[in-house]
Amino acid sequence: MDGVHDLGGLDGFGPVEHEDAEPFFREPWERRVFRLMVGSIGALGGPGGRFRHSIERMDPAHYLSSPYYEHWLTGVTTLAVESGFATQDELEHRAGGRFPLSRPDRGVLPEDLTERTEPRYAVGDDVRVREWHPPGHTRAPRYVQGRRGTVARVDGAFNIDDIEAHGGGSVTDPLYSVRFTSRELWGEAGADGEVMHVDLFERYLEDPQ
Amino acid sequence: MTADHHPAELAPIEARVAAIESVLVERGILDTDTLDQIVQHFEDNLGPMNGAKVVALAWSDPSYKERLLADGTAAIAELGFDGPQGELMVVVENTPDVHNLVVCTLCSCYPWPTLGLPPKWYKAPAYRARAVREPRELLAEMGTVIPADVEIRVWDSSAEARYLVLPMRPDGTADMSEERLAAIVTRDSMIGVQRL
Repeated sequence: MDGVHDLGGLDGFGPVEHEDAEPFFREPWERRVFRLMVGSIGALGGPGGRFRHSIERMDPAHYLSSPYYEHWLTGVTTLAVESGFATQDELEHRAGGRFPLSRPDRGVLPEDLTERTEPRYAVGDDVRVREWHPPGHTRAPRYVQGRRGTVARVDGAFNIDDIEAHGGGSVTDPLYSVRFTSRELWGEAGADGEVMHVDLFERYLEDPQ
Repeated sequence: MTADHHPAELAPIEARVAAIESVLVERGILDTDTLDQIVQHFEDNLGPMNGAKVVALAWSDPSYKERLLADGTAAIAELGFDGPQGELMVVVENTPDVHNLVVCTLCSCYPWPTLGLPPKWYKAPAYRARAVREPRELLAEMGTVIPADVEIRVWDSSAEARYLVLPMRPDGTADMSEERLAAIVTRDSMIGVQRL
């Protein structure tokens, strides 16, 4: 989905607040959230697309205004409630205040569930990314949809997140690294001498017209 | 959040963590004692000191470097670094003509076995938004000026692959041991936001 998480190319965030070094966890609660995710995600659909999508479904204002591990907390808790392990009322009672969760999942299982392992494209082939803006989880960022690129690497076949995230189980699809020029992605605002590589599943791609 | 029955005040983050943790422990889903050992293992053993060993060996041993660039996963595993978020490793080499930069625009994908958990700024919107749009300006702002005739290659870790940048070996290090070389390799140089 074209969610708030899909940040590539957005303006307005200002400078990177860089630090040379930082502790593994900054606060004890961050470590507890990490432990919570690692320990419970197996019972909640796994650490892949379903978990990522639980974060992508956060209210956009909440997503942008909360620290990273609050995303994990909100995602894991949303999945726990949706799986029937808790209710939001019970959690708010225990927490002694409001406990915001992610919005309902509006994603649908893709129609094409065909397992594919043999790559259709080879290094050097020109491709175009489908422009389809799916309602659910995808690893095709908005900034490359509809754009033309060149296959830079073929990685073999992997489970595609779009299907796994919406209950379709493990379905493999060939995976590529596709190279785009800055000019192709950003037009007049692009720059020469800059290229972007994005890892894309085969069913995100089509032959260039 | 439009439901009227919710409390007005947001519960503190610690209280929210405790609430869901207690529920999942009671339901038998979460075993915090076992997990503490796993998290402790991550804290003790994952971090940029691992990636630095990979880089130092690649600088010192041309045949290792060749293997590393051909099959990053296998070559990194030779040093014992593998596991979650390192299952498919791709190593990209900086040269006088090419500078590589790694980002995850959609979330926070990062090579845990070689670099540990990602730093806060790597996961924050500014870096994720700008790295694919204006990498040269972004790097200059962060103190890393890439000459105009050097191509910048950005790698968006949007699916399975996790990327490690192999920085250029600095001048004046010809006599250094592998151990001393590893000590000068920084986390930022292996993400690509710094040149050594």
